Amino acid sequence: MDCKIFDLGLIQFKPAWYFQKEAFKAVKHGYIDSALIICQHYPVITLGRCANRDNILCSNKVLAFKGIRVFEIERGGDVTYHGPGQLTIYPIFNLNYLKKDIHWYLRQLEEITINSLKDFGITSERRPGLTGVWVGNKKIASIGITVKNWITYHGVSINIKSEDLANFKLITPCGLDIEMTCLEKELGRHIAITDLKNDLIRRFGGSLSFGSKDASALGVKTAPLMEEARR
Amino acid sequence: MTKVVLPDLGEGIEKATLSYWYFKVGEKVNEKDDLVELATDKATFNLPSPATGTVTEIFFQEGDTVKPGDTLAAIE
Repeated sequence: MDCKIFDLGLIQFKPAWYFQKEAFKAVKHGYIDSALIICQHYPVITLGRCANRDNILCSNKVLAFKGIRVFEIERGGDVTYHGPGQLTIYPIFNLNYLKKDIHWYLRQLEEITINSLKDFGITSERRPGLTGVWVGNKKIASIGITVKNWITYHGVSINIKSEDLANFKLITPCGLDIEMTCLEKELGRHIAITDLKNDLIRRFGGSLSFGSKDASALGVKTAPLMEEARR
Repeated sequence: MTKVVLPDLGEGIEKATLSYWYFKVGEKVNEKDDLVELATDKATFNLPSPATGTVTEIFFQEGDTVKPGDTLAAIE
């Protein structure tokens, strides 16, 4: 199965959200087998279907001052924050060809993240009943997905850079009283986002038994889709 | 009459919250249209309509807890 990789770089949430939906349609109609969208977002707060707005702890004025927009979106889960220094991965996978099991898919997302963090020397784990990836009692990666026609979108966010963790204080992440952490904080050294990105692409390809990662198609495929997404 | 039954969503997922009806009773729906959205703590799942017809009955409302095997609606 072919998996198209779309590296959107640093991008506002909204066009990336539209892009996901376009990639979803492309998978649904069989134009592509699957897609892996990777990006970093400008600061944004998203509220999932189960979100409680009280989990945003600051006023709209503060958010506006900081340039943080808020979106109510269709993914599962509560409130989360995205920003630069965090890698967000949106796998558009067709579970009809993998396994029609949401629980299995969530565990796969955790497993890939845990293995990728291990490559960087971080020991992380699952916590029963608390989807996501944890280093001790601190959360390093958050997960929230949507499944339509057994095709997935939304996905995983992994915190890498220390600078941006502060904005998590503006919310109660996932509606839980927890502390967030990141790769750099755990390792005490600089991490190049590209290194983690490449590792995740490799692992997503391997773990879900996809074939060649058609990175060469990037420029060709991304441009028209992006144009449409921005309209 | 076609029953809309909630399928197994995955091992260990025993219940979900009905989060959104895309159609109301009396409305026409096509097979494979998004009919109803369910939410678990970290995932939302859209159940497509199993048939083309009119939604004649809805057995659960938004916010209700449902489990695999439950009949959510009827289409005629």
